Amino acid sequence: MTIANPNDFNEPLQPSGWLRYFSFSLDHKVIGIQYLVCGFIFYLIGGALAGVIRVELASPISDFVSRDTYNEVLTLHGTIMIFLWIVPVVNGGFGNYLIPFYVGARDMAFPRLNAVAFWMIPPAGMLLISSYFLAGAAAQSGWTAYPPLSLTTPAAGQVVWILSVLLLGGSSIFGAINFIATVLKLRRPGLKLMQLPMYCWAMLGTSILAVLSTPVLAGTLILLSFDIIAHTGFFNPTLGGNVVVYQHLFWFYSHPAVYIMVLPAFGLVSEILPVHARKPLFGYVTMVYSIMAIVFLGLIVWAHHMFTSGTPPWMRLFFTIATSFIAVPTGIKFFNWLATLWGGRIAINSAMLFACAFILNFVFGGITGVALAQVPFDIHVHDTYFVVGHFHYIVYGGTVFVIFSSLYHWYPKFTGRLLNEDLGRLHFLLTFIGFNLCFLPQHWLGLNGMPRRVAEYDPAFTTLNQISSVGALLMAISTLPLLINVVVTAFKGEIAGDNPWNALTPEWLTSSPPPVENWPGEAPLVKEPYGYGHTEPALAQEATP
Amino acid sequence: MTTSPVQTASEPNPSPSGQANAPLSIETSELPLDHSHGAHLDVRMFGLATFLVADGMTFAGFFAAYLTFRAVNPLPPGSNYELELILPTINTVILIISSFTFHRAGKECRADRLGASRVWLAITGALGAAFLAGQMVEYFSLPFGLTENLFASTFYALTGFHGLHVTLGVICIAIVALQTHRGGQVTAANHFGLEAAELYWHFVDVIWVVLFGLLYLL
Amino acid sequence: MRRAAGLALATIALIATGIWIGFNVNLLPVVASANAPVYDDLFKLLFSIGIILFVGITIVLVYSLFKFRRRVGDQGDGLAIEGNLPLEIVWTAIPAVVVLFIGIYSYDIYERMGGMTSFHDHSAMLAGASDNASGIGAELASNIEVKAHPEIANTEQGKRYWAGIASMDDPDNKTLPVDVTAMQFAFIFHYPEGNITSGELHVSAGQPVQLRMEARDVIHAFWVPQFRLKQDIIPGQPTLLSFTPTKPGTYPIVCAELCGPYHGGMRTNVVVHDPDSFQTWLDQNRQPAISA
Repeated sequence: MTIANPNDFNEPLQPSGWLRYFSFSLDHKVIGIQYLVCGFIFYLIGGALAGVIRVELASPISDFVSRDTYNEVLTLHGTIMIFLWIVPVVNGGFGNYLIPFYVGARDMAFPRLNAVAFWMIPPAGMLLISSYFLAGAAAQSGWTAYPPLSLTTPAAGQVVWILSVLLLGGSSIFGAINFIATVLKLRRPGLKLMQLPMYCWAMLGTSILAVLSTPVLAGTLILLSFDIIAHTGFFNPTLGGNVVVYQHLFWFYSHPAVYIMVLPAFGLVSEILPVHARKPLFGYVTMVYSIMAIVFLGLIVWAHHMFTSGTPPWMRLFFTIATSFIAVPTGIKFFNWLATLWGGRIAINSAMLFACAFILNFVFGGITGVALAQVPFDIHVHDTYFVVGHFHYIVYGGTVFVIFSSLYHWYPKFTGRLLNEDLGRLHFLLTFIGFNLCFLPQHWLGLNGMPRRVAEYDPAFTTLNQISSVGALLMAISTLPLLINVVVTAFKGEIAGDNPWNALTPEWLTSSPPPVENWPGEAPLVKEPYGYGHTEPALAQEATP
Repeated sequence: MTTSPVQTASEPNPSPSGQANAPLSIETSELPLDHSHGAHLDVRMFGLATFLVADGMTFAGFFAAYLTFRAVNPLPPGSNYELELILPTINTVILIISSFTFHRAGKECRADRLGASRVWLAITGALGAAFLAGQMVEYFSLPFGLTENLFASTFYALTGFHGLHVTLGVICIAIVALQTHRGGQVTAANHFGLEAAELYWHFVDVIWVVLFGLLYLL
Repeated sequence: MRRAAGLALATIALIATGIWIGFNVNLLPVVASANAPVYDDLFKLLFSIGIILFVGITIVLVYSLFKFRRRVGDQGDGLAIEGNLPLEIVWTAIPAVVVLFIGIYSYDIYERMGGMTSFHDHSAMLAGASDNASGIGAELASNIEVKAHPEIANTEQGKRYWAGIASMDDPDNKTLPVDVTAMQFAFIFHYPEGNITSGELHVSAGQPVQLRMEARDVIHAFWVPQFRLKQDIIPGQPTLLSFTPTKPGTYPIVCAELCGPYHGGMRTNVVVHDPDSFQTWLDQNRQPAISA
């Protein structure tokens, strides 16, 4: 394959070399990497904050940081991990890099909007973190910012928090508009919707959710800021306002936000499993429909976060049933992935280990999720460490594991070099053990009486909290092999070649790293992105000895 | 299945089905080859429409909050939901008319009568400004302030947020009108700016009609 | 044939193990209220189903990884199986049925815990009394007036209450009413009978309790793990919570909603007395009504 020289293409706004990653580049691949690196930096910051929480909770009394600081830390931890790490990386990062390849385009539909959307993130993140130092106090009311607590904690920090989340929400909306337009309008001629790789469908579904739900959060936060700054009474009961309205509006975004975080992960896993199992993705059509079903159901389940908020019984019943039924399309996806592995020739490498661990973690989190959807069950464990354990199984065990898996899978695409397998397996082992050690005991803690967001707790819970803290330590250590791996192999890693996995999806049908225009010539028409395997009976016999 | 997928992978530039090959090479050349190129008109209009869906959801959130407040939270004694109707009704009529005048401006532009288009744009802009002026007059004549009660706060938040949209719309109209004037940025062949502003203006108009019904008539 | 039999046997073994673990491994604290055993029934069922699903999927996954792992030097592909409609219908139908079953069962449990029935009756009865009856408000359906306790009904006419689990039935008039005030960072319990104010909740085993809770500043939540009960106390929403303690002992009351810096310290105890010692406690702490 002849690799086109990027300089052949006149790109006035594209600095070359590493500098382009610090520029207002319009290249979707550069923007994708910018999202990934920026997100990873915030992951380290959010992880350090989680470390503070786990150190504090290693003893039952409040002795490590002050109580105010503790609440600032848990607020920042939640906000950073959601809005600055998972959402941007799994949507903006991999989405920007891969979607134009998958639809056979040179770039996203709106490259300039794309760059704007990315460059809203670093200032928003720095604003958020600087509130800790500059405004005297960062927000202390949790990432949910429930009034009236958020109206009574130091106002400056809360307003900065709102501003920062508004910026990040705006970035997310712009990104979503771009993805919808790219997938629906920029497909290469001849490429039908039902031939798209699954990640396109996941991103389409995610972006629909983001477009429909994020603006509601933005509006709600604007009203909240009015309450703080102008002393209106929207959510202030002493001024005649209504606290529960805030909760409804907040969760109208923040439950879909869970799907904004996991649907792209579902899509990425659907790309990774067939490649390393050398088998077609099982049940493509049902996978597509189940994504769309999750999108639809995801929009009508928000009040299951409010089962103890005095909501009326019919509402609890409706949201219990709707939430439970999300298990059906989600279950379909998991069964299809297992069927994809069944009868394959599975390469058990780091990408695959993380992907398979994702299946286990997410099934676990999904089971506790169905349990939590049941009103009577939720009444006991709502706002306890059971919930903390549950959602970390979803967002960390689910999405973050997929982010790591994707990193091992696409790193050769980004850089042309393979990540080191031994370090990768060490990274996996440390992450997997640390993760389960950290979050599994939390389920028991929640069932037995430990509420979430506390700096001090019943001394009877000390041992399990210490085990959890040891798990967190392992997770912290696990980032070291990853960091070493990523940095060292960027310079000294094994040359991957253009297509080290012999994958069929379009991003691999060009050089690695790809040229600026993605393909030297015209974009390939890939009608079967998962066309692995052989149909001849003789060979089929041989495959299952 | 016509070809072996494995074969597809081994080819750098696969053309899996021969029949699709010839027309494709022509079509792909239409794709912009560099990243700074703007997208096609219909893609941009599609993007704008998606954005307006998002923007509409912000209003939907406000409306839902307002309706719930109204249903659940009684106002303090002595306050009510009554509003003076004459001025807002005139304002509503003004805004609806402005949608038609904008539509006319678009028609003239597509027919390559830029002068006439400019006149209609100016009328639309003037109507938008008149609406804003009416809104201001209403604000200053209202007996309640922002923090008077829940209804007052919601009223100002909703009309204020809408007024912000109208203001932005008037600015867009002014820019588009200028663009028809010099430099030929808006022409019969290339009138994305005008079409986008028009779609946005209709959106703002529709939102107002809903808002008027909910705030003033309900 | 032998393979099918083996598979069936393994499935049965898995289900049996799951049910055995679900019903014999206890992850929950002591049962100390009338609805805790009801809750535990649901928990055991969910735990069993969870174990069966999780272990089943783990076995399939690990087996696949082992059995279908790529041998060294193998560059071949697996089978080109892209789908199997009957199989997909089966694994759509099974979760749907399971989920539907769980939903109906938990509805039944919820009804037995007092989350549904009493409220429907009363809100229907009082719908006409509400001046907001036409609204679509979230809280409207549980907007009720308290008639069970004439003393508050008299003093706080038309007061609206919210609730999660609350029973209005009080046939023998033996329910113990307690007013709860939640504030940063304490619960204050006030007994209208006897005018007692306490930092701890004292109740009598076997006697139904109705808490009438109000929050003074921010949202708090009243949680007793041993009762399997939790209710948010939201400012502006007086909230009811009913339960019947069954097992004497001292259990923690925990605030479960982030309420500020000392949220973790917002804990107290509920003391469940046997009926005699509760009477003693009441007598010892009773205040003359004038001193209030």
